[in-house]
Amino acid sequence: MAQIRIENVRKDFGSFNAVKSSTFTIEDGEFFMLLGPSGCGKTTTLRMMAGLELPTSGEIYIDGEEVGQKPASQRDIAFVFQMFALYPHMNVGKNISYPLRCQGLSKAEVTKKVGEIAEILGITDILNTPVGGLSGGDRQRVALGRAIVRDPKAFFMDEPLGALDAEFREHMSEELRALHDRMNATTVYVTHDQLEAMQMGDKIVVMNHGVVEQFGVPQDIYDWPATKFVAQFLGSPAMNFLDFNGMIGSGGNEVRLNDIPLSVPTSIEGTNGAMSLGVRPEHVRLDDTAKYRGRVKATEYLGTTQIVTLETANGDIKARVGSADKVRVGDQTGLSFDPRTITLFDADTGVALRSQANEGVLNYG
Amino acid sequence: MSFSVTEPAKGTKWIAGFLVISYACITLVPLLWIIATGFKSPADSIAYPPVVLFEPSVEGYVNLFTERTRATPEMLEAAGPADTWYDEIVRERGTIISGPSRYGERFLNSVIIGFGSTLLCMILGTMAAYAFSRFKVPLKDDLLFFILSTRMMPPIAVAIPIFLMFRNLGLNDTHLGMILLYTAVNLSLSVWLLKGFIDEIPIEYEEAALIDGYTRFQAFYKVVLPQAATGIASTAIFCLIFAWNEYAFAVLLTSGTAQTAPPFIPTIIGVSGKDWPAVAAGATIFLVPVMVFTILLRKHLLRGITFGAVRK
Repeated sequence: MAQIRIENVRKDFGSFNAVKSSTFTIEDGEFFMLLGPSGCGKTTTLRMMAGLELPTSGEIYIDGEEVGQKPASQRDIAFVFQMFALYPHMNVGKNISYPLRCQGLSKAEVTKKVGEIAEILGITDILNTPVGGLSGGDRQRVALGRAIVRDPKAFFMDEPLGALDAEFREHMSEELRALHDRMNATTVYVTHDQLEAMQMGDKIVVMNHGVVEQFGVPQDIYDWPATKFVAQFLGSPAMNFLDFNGMIGSGGNEVRLNDIPLSVPTSIEGTNGAMSLGVRPEHVRLDDTAKYRGRVKATEYLGTTQIVTLETANGDIKARVGSADKVRVGDQTGLSFDPRTITLFDADTGVALRSQANEGVLNYG
Repeated sequence: MSFSVTEPAKGTKWIAGFLVISYACITLVPLLWIIATGFKSPADSIAYPPVVLFEPSVEGYVNLFTERTRATPEMLEAAGPADTWYDEIVRERGTIISGPSRYGERFLNSVIIGFGSTLLCMILGTMAAYAFSRFKVPLKDDLLFFILSTRMMPPIAVAIPIFLMFRNLGLNDTHLGMILLYTAVNLSLSVWLLKGFIDEIPIEYEEAALIDGYTRFQAFYKVVLPQAATGIASTAIFCLIFAWNEYAFAVLLTSGTAQTAPPFIPTIIGVSGKDWPAVAAGATIFLVPVMVFTILLRKHLLRGITFGAVRK
């Protein structure tokens, strides 16, 4: 098992710049998520780590060794493809043993290892069946089996649950996480599903347009987004932004929206001009005593909670409140925001202002 | 009574079946004619109106494989009684066997040249198609178009330059020359067909093999080739059929050692009158290898023809 370090990695396809100078470190044994919308460069980054693409510039270290320009076969890693890529002309057992047969192990050793792996994954009974007729879940298990059979330095997975139906994904994601905890192997996992990333990941890198927007543990990324993009990409509904013109000085802990003072975490950076105040829906309270006002536009009932959409002087925002609360469309109400949870963003650059609350978790890679 | 959108009605099926069978019958008539003529006596073979029911005879086949000379009754007397059944057939016509014919050799030449060029064409075609499908080849589209353009005129249009080239290179009337020629003609077809098949194979299979520790060539050999078997088989059939049936180049470039069966078969006719049964017998036997080859690969052929639709 190994630590993986990405340093200033860049990838161009012709004139298209797919990945722009990324830097981050994946610690030994971590379950690491590469998260982002399609086309953000997450899969390209993973493929560069695996050696299926060569970086245009920059270094990739696996277990301390620079492997950036080495072919995949020399990196000792395993890859689980989205479409599984099981060899269609081989049966389940042959698929799993394929990496071993390349290493020149004896027949007895191969059989023994394949047996062990099949045991772990619960697929002993289908070892001799062709892969063509397998269900999605079984294909997934075979693909995992082929990956773990060799004890590689790291596992790379490219949206491995993407081809499964929703119900089964839940189950497989638990199985995957359990497998990871059991093997304790460094795993890099690409997904566009923010829930999957937060559920399974020890750490998350959020990418957009080839740039690492932020990396860190899921809680930090959710609570203290480094950019507006991250704030919007994680969480459903996304973080609210109240756009306003104002100023905050270094050490200040208050901003004025339409002359209404709102407390914010003590700022480290000062700025003056167009800003966005970011607050998660669950930190918005409907509070008639509050000075900041809004009008209820719509409500969505979700069972345990409801999402209330409100119109304010600084744009629409959503609040997550208890489903028992009586909210009527058209009501005027006061809004208060939990001051400990607020992030301010520079509206032009979309970058979060550093405050005492988010200091230390804004890793931009 | 309910209708199904996908399942044709019974009446439609009957009509479709009838049409297919009638079409098959019409196309099979010349083939049946040839096969039947092979077993007719020379008189029956030229009878008009044609004889449909006739007494079968293997004279045509005997004549195909033998050289015969006319013999006077004294010579027949001197030769003693016929040793074998085919001797007897020949003597009834007042001839005796002077030796084997060259049909065997010509047939063997056809096998060597036909299968040889098909094999070479498959090896080169698969590798070229793989490269075009997977690698960044400079001027890829232009090269592919150029390859295709070699088939935009009938190959025989360049017969004279090829003839001169072959003469200077000493390739006239050699197996190697004919193999190279048929390979060159077939290569464009095989590169294009095979590229289509290889494009259909997801690249992840190879990537998986690369990650599993195999080299690029091993991945090609162990993963891509088995996947492309369908395409290779159907392409091979097309190549073989062309090389096997090719007549014009064979007439022009071969005469002795490397002559294939197609230019040889018509020459049988001149040996002793119009020996249609022998010609028909030669054509019938000539059909067999391609038929066997196609039947062996027919499962692949069917899937190959519909490849875009059923793979994945």
